[in-house]
Amino acid sequence: MKAGPSRTNRPDNTAFTQQRLPAWQPILSAGIVIPGFTLIGLAFIGVGVALFVTSQKITDLEIDYTGVAATSPCFKCTSFAAENCMCQMEFTLTTLFEGPVFFYYGLTSYYQNFRTYGVSKDGYQLSGDTYYFNNPQDSCAPYQYDSNNNPIVPCGSIANSMFSDTFQLYQVVNGMKKQVPLDGKGIAWWTDYNIKYSNPALVNGSFANAFSGTVKPVNWSKPVYELDPTDQANNGFLNQNFLVWMRQAALPKFQKLYGRIAEGDYAQGLPAGNYTLLINYSYPVISFGGTKKVVLSNVSWMGGKNQFLGIAYLVIGSLCIVMAMVMLIIYAKYKFTDDDEDM
Amino acid sequence: MTIPKDIPEKWFPIFPHLKWIKLGLPTSEKIRCGTEQERRVRANDREYNEKFLYANNCIMTSKYNIITFLPVNLFEQFQEVANTYFLFLLILQLIPQISSLPWFTTIVPLVLVLSITAVKDATDDYFRHKSDNQVNNRQSQVLINGVLQKEKWMDVRVGDIIKLENNQFVAADLLLLSSSEPHGLCYIETAELDGETNMKVRQSLAVTSELGEPGNLAQFDGEVVCELPNNKLDRFCGALHWRECKYTLTNNNMLLRGCVLRNTESCYGLVIFAGPDTKLMQNSGRTKFKRTSIDHLMNTLVLWIFGFLVCMGVILAIGNAVWEREVGSLFQSYLPWDPPVDNFLFSAFLSFWSYVIILNTVVPISLYVSVEVIRLGHSYFINWDRRMFCNRSNTAAEARSTTLNEELGQVEYIFSDKTGTLTQNIMTFNKCSINGHAYGDVMDTPGAQHKRAQPLDFSAWNPLADRDFCFYDVSLLEAVKMREPAVHEFFRVLSLCHTVMSEEKSEGELVYKAQSPDEGALVTAARNFGFVFRSRTPSTITTQELGKEVTYTLLAILDFNNIRKRMSVIVRTPEGHICLYCKGADTVLFDRLHSCNHDLMNITSDHLNEFAGDGLRTLALAYRDLSEEQWEEWAERYHGADKAIDYREDRLAAAYEEIEQDMMLLGATAIEDKLQEGIAETITVLSLANIKIWVLTGDKQETAVNIGYSSKMLTDDMTEVFIMNGYTVQSVREDLRRARERMLESSRSRDGVKEAEMQDFGGACSLGNGFGSRDAANWIPGQKKSAQPPAPPTSLLESVSGEFALVISGHSLAHALEADMEQEFLETACACRTVICCRVTPLQKAMVVELIRRHKNAVTLAIGDGANDVSMIKTAHIGVGISGQEGIQAVLASDYSFSQFRFLQRLLLVHGRWSYLRMCRFLCYFFYKNFAFTMVHFWFGFFCGFSAQTVYDQYFITLYNIVYTSLPVLAMGIFDQDVSDQRSLQYPKLYEPGQLNLLFNKREFFICIAQGIYTSVVLFFVPYGALWQATQSNGVPLADYQTFAVTTATALVIVVSVQISLDTGYWTAINHFFVWGSLGTYFTILFTMHSSILFNIFPKQFHFLGSAQSTLSQPLVWLTIALATVICIAPVLAFRFLKLDLKPQLSDTVRYTQLVQKKQWKAGGHARRSMGGASGPGGSGLGHLGRGGSRRSGYAFAHQEGFGELITSGKNMRLSSLALATFAARHSSSWIDTLRKKKHSPPAGDSSPAPSVAAPVSNSSSLIGPLETAAEQRGQTNADPQVGVADVAQVETGQCSLVVQEALCGWRATAGARLSSTGASSLGPPPIAEETNGE
Repeated sequence: MKAGPSRTNRPDNTAFTQQRLPAWQPILSAGIVIPGFTLIGLAFIGVGVALFVTSQKITDLEIDYTGVAATSPCFKCTSFAAENCMCQMEFTLTTLFEGPVFFYYGLTSYYQNFRTYGVSKDGYQLSGDTYYFNNPQDSCAPYQYDSNNNPIVPCGSIANSMFSDTFQLYQVVNGMKKQVPLDGKGIAWWTDYNIKYSNPALVNGSFANAFSGTVKPVNWSKPVYELDPTDQANNGFLNQNFLVWMRQAALPKFQKLYGRIAEGDYAQGLPAGNYTLLINYSYPVISFGGTKKVVLSNVSWMGGKNQFLGIAYLVIGSLCIVMAMVMLIIYAKYKFTDDDEDM
Repeated sequence: MTIPKDIPEKWFPIFPHLKWIKLGLPTSEKIRCGTEQERRVRANDREYNEKFLYANNCIMTSKYNIITFLPVNLFEQFQEVANTYFLFLLILQLIPQISSLPWFTTIVPLVLVLSITAVKDATDDYFRHKSDNQVNNRQSQVLINGVLQKEKWMDVRVGDIIKLENNQFVAADLLLLSSSEPHGLCYIETAELDGETNMKVRQSLAVTSELGEPGNLAQFDGEVVCELPNNKLDRFCGALHWRECKYTLTNNNMLLRGCVLRNTESCYGLVIFAGPDTKLMQNSGRTKFKRTSIDHLMNTLVLWIFGFLVCMGVILAIGNAVWEREVGSLFQSYLPWDPPVDNFLFSAFLSFWSYVIILNTVVPISLYVSVEVIRLGHSYFINWDRRMFCNRSNTAAEARSTTLNEELGQVEYIFSDKTGTLTQNIMTFNKCSINGHAYGDVMDTPGAQHKRAQPLDFSAWNPLADRDFCFYDVSLLEAVKMREPAVHEFFRVLSLCHTVMSEEKSEGELVYKAQSPDEGALVTAARNFGFVFRSRTPSTITTQELGKEVTYTLLAILDFNNIRKRMSVIVRTPEGHICLYCKGADTVLFDRLHSCNHDLMNITSDHLNEFAGDGLRTLALAYRDLSEEQWEEWAERYHGADKAIDYREDRLAAAYEEIEQDMMLLGATAIEDKLQEGIAETITVLSLANIKIWVLTGDKQETAVNIGYSSKMLTDDMTEVFIMNGYTVQSVREDLRRARERMLESSRSRDGVKEAEMQDFGGACSLGNGFGSRDAANWIPGQKKSAQPPAPPTSLLESVSGEFALVISGHSLAHALEADMEQEFLETACACRTVICCRVTPLQKAMVVELIRRHKNAVTLAIGDGANDVSMIKTAHIGVGISGQEGIQAVLASDYSFSQFRFLQRLLLVHGRWSYLRMCRFLCYFFYKNFAFTMVHFWFGFFCGFSAQTVYDQYFITLYNIVYTSLPVLAMGIFDQDVSDQRSLQYPKLYEPGQLNLLFNKREFFICIAQGIYTSVVLFFVPYGALWQATQSNGVPLADYQTFAVTTATALVIVVSVQISLDTGYWTAINHFFVWGSLGTYFTILFTMHSSILFNIFPKQFHFLGSAQSTLSQPLVWLTIALATVICIAPVLAFRFLKLDLKPQLSDTVRYTQLVQKKQWKAGGHARRSMGGASGPGGSGLGHLGRGGSRRSGYAFAHQEGFGELITSGKNMRLSSLALATFAARHSSSWIDTLRKKKHSPPAGDSSPAPSVAAPVSNSSSLIGPLETAAEQRGQTNADPQVGVADVAQVETGQCSLVVQEALCGWRATAGARLSSTGASSLGPPPIAEETNGE
């Protein structure tokens, strides 16, 4: 661009350079704000009612089995000496617990969201990369190598602290215990199961061989390839409970899915009656003041029981309506004359 | 953008980091500093001179070269606190124990910021390199071994003798040795150096000027001993030792680098200072880096935020300590402490740093970059503004500094130069009174419009006439043609009695070079009326009187000086008569008239009053016939006086006095010191915006006052104009005291209650005149004014009429600015509506600005065009240079430049206001969004064991500020408008919030961060409440960390997007694009990052695999997000609505009416068209020249004395016309011609409509502006001829609504009607008010 003497330096006359771009200039006029508030309020109340009602319909049952109290059946298991301790909790349903029923275990005061806890795993290892079996990443420390300097697989705090209680649910029918099947399949995220985690390739046709040279996590009683003795496919990193555990909870109070009750006689739910929950109690929580519980719950379109959202919607909706009225009054008092003149 | 060649920008680098220059130069500064007490330079002896290691002539304004660029630039950038801070954070993040965020969250933005700045620096430096190279590679002729050789500038050494030719730049600071001109004179133009456009004369020593030839010069071996390099342009001391003699050297012997040789064929000079040692380079010191008040506030706030950050860190660290002690230590079976952590305190210490890292986003690195980007955008808008483009000088406005824009919206004081700024520095011969008959009064007769359009055509009968000259009164030309003797004599005086030099390149093409524009105008007038001054020699003046060539013998020039206020010439006519022609100030001249002139004097006096009332500069003319004896007798005495050794001046003056008696009055001239276009309107509008305008001029008091009146800064209905002229401390103090007493008195006499207020001058000052205080008190309650008792409307009204003005001269000002009196001066001056300081030096200008800056805590703006304004331009917060004139130094020192004073109103009221508004909104939102974003981590800390776990995905944290939320807020910061530019100009009051700092201050900041914190609370606890025991519909719990993170992040992005939508007041397509685009980008990136494709490539990096899909497919999550959004936004919405309803700001009202009208316009404004049938803009015949008044105006003499002597001595004459002719032939375009071209710059081939030079200034630009715009806008869509009319109607409605508004928000009940009606006529710009009243 050469500015010859004959050339004018006059800036271009475009809407952009002259700041005249066509523009929408909204203003918070009463005609928008007050009806807007009313509409939002009404919508929120509507949604709130729906949420609340739905939530009310959902049944859930919580059974705390930490065993802090001496009266608790699980109290015996809280002592350090107890090995392979089993305890048994009884409960009674008076009406049909509509299915499908989900079986959760819950922990409190458990900090899965602690920063150093959260990073204490090796993603490469968990995706089945055998190089990292022998060379776990530093992020796993101090559960990277055991005292004999053998690599731990799966390494890291998360895996090491995997929840180890197991549950069996029985319905007491005529004094006989009838096992309620807990379907532990498909309780992990699809992406976790199918993409994120993979088992290593078989070595010499043996799954266990793939893990040779590694040791199990310190706290574990069984190596990772023997997590589920009943189902060979449910072992290794693709063990459903392992996957569920590895998905960190956001808050120190959380519950994780253990299984579904959707089979056989219980496809429609748990009929009324007495039930026995048999717990293989092995996961200590009392030392840090945590609690353990089992939750049975069914779901609706909006998931499990959720009082908060419904109530919040109702409250906010009502507040919007109130606000709209307040604004209307104020507006009427101060702006009407002016507006008549202008409009 | 092309940089015009030879613009001396290369010599005035904008940021000359001398430090670096010096580092890069092969000068051994240290050695010299230690040893050199004086400079010794021996001519033609390089070996000798090299001993001293003087700097060579190579200049280097660039900072880097290819190798040093990276380290030096990085080093510089890390001198910025912010950058260092982020580097520190980066280092923290590399420590694994505390690295709560991966390193890339900081390094990505940091690298981005650093590289943007580096690219900008590199570009700047590249251009500096280019211009350095260009300058360094210029050719100059150096005398080496007796032969002239071409050398590059950079190879010129100290001690070389170089030859300069006409129109060449001087290559270094030279001692003038000889010149082609007689007496060793040479002429230079120093405009680039000091901005003065008149030529200066330099003379070589007699001994050296004889050398002349290169051969002789090669033998010259004189040694110069002189001062060390310094930056004093007007001083040089040294001595030349040659052939055992010592000759003193002064500045008069020096040619400084940066000057241009003019009118001199060639000259030789000895290089004394080269390159960085030249006075020019020494002067281009480091420019003070200006920062805006928002910058300062921002820095303070950032420090506060750092403090806040530390507090948060400490709280969380304490939390961590407690947690680790109570819980963490027990939780070790699942989560053992890291090896170095052996107790909870150490853990807390680490946690503190971890939290510093994750909470650092409250001051995101992008803040500074975004601010710069926004300012850059605003600067471009200023550059692009067609309404700040001047056709005549073909210059657009330029924002030379891109860092000050928002301060333009806060200006409270304007300090203006007069000449060239308020006035065009063009004098036009407007009127005259000859023998009791006034001519040239056409402008005031009714129906003047068409006559004015046709200036007289002189060329028909006078081939020598100057085509640019305009005169409208035919009767004068008739009178000349009728050969009226008085008229002839009148013009003869004008053609003879002056010190103008003429040049005639070719036959009939006369060019006058006048010392003062007044004289030029007078001589040009005479020329056009047939009395053409053609040439002069030391003893003759040749004129052409009505076609006949006449040569007068010039016997004497009785020169002008300030005390005499007149000049005379004594000539002998060809017939042999001796005649004295005199022109001078009427007051002086009338005392020296022959008594028979009494009647004529009275009539002329009336005319003079009339002229003066029109703001014209007047001069009376007289003549006296002398007899041979009288002359002889006087000449003897005169020569005696002239030769006297002592008291020569006094004796000469006495001799002059003697002969200038018994003169016959011929008449008077009136010259218009042409104001720039639209001055009065601009000043009115600016003062309505509560901006105080002070005029600081080097000009005389008379002229300054004169311009004060014509520019409407002074008016006849002012209560009092204090003129302070005292020479002593006592008198000045007395003057000030008296002035204040008067002010108190007059206010007391009006209303006793006012006393309290008047004593509080400071308060009155900061809020300006009556308008200001009244409105400030009403519009903005709770301001500093609130300390005052709310005065009843009556007294307030009266304070409006109580207007004072202060005119103070330089010598008084010197005393007033003394430390012990400045407070008094400040109080007095600030209580006045107008302050005019005349005869002030550049330094005083700067001191006055500094005074206000220091004491008033107000934003100051200085505007000027000349080198004498540079100091104040640099001192003020904002410096504005008038461009398109010859002097370029003011522009170079300025932050903004444009070519017309009137553009100032647009710069301030439109661009400044918008910039301020945008910047404030930007900052508010920016702090808000980052607090909302960051504080979530704080709340989460309580639920994650204070472990510095982040709530969001690390990529979200990285991208939040630079991708997801940056563009919408930038778009708002760049494009937002609350009201249109027309409205901004129509309602100057809209400017006030900026002055009072209302839109972004500490209070607003706290509101913003409170809102941000509130949002963060909502954003954390709503998902918390909703999700903690929620499950998906397939029973999988939703409370896992990744789902929570995605939910919170999505809610955050949506909430801040809604908030920006709410904050944006001007939704252009770009805003839509950015807002929706950002949301779209967020979801796109989210899904991409959580996709299996990326996971398969980097399994370790993207562990949020599948979260987006899994989370966002849950209706519950969306319900949560909607809930959070409504909880965050609804209170803001309600609050804003109520505020708008209960306490609307003026801008809200204007915006409202604007929208209502737009709606009506769309709905068909036909009904309105019938209404506004009144006159268009043309009807607003607001005369630019005030009427009436008892002032006797200034006389039109602005030049220095001493030129008469120069002429009679013949020093400045060329010896023969032959030399002139050859000279002219050699240089096809004479310098004078170039000079003229520069002055009247409409380029020949300009395609735009010819600039209407003659167009009078009376149009109201403030009204025209908006209408033009409106017409332009509408013209594109709607060619309806009636549009303009309807628009006028709009304007009126706006005006009415303003009244309504004021009535509403102000003193609602009391005397509302009366007030609002006066408000209507005084608040709007005058033309509009007139229209309103007219209906």
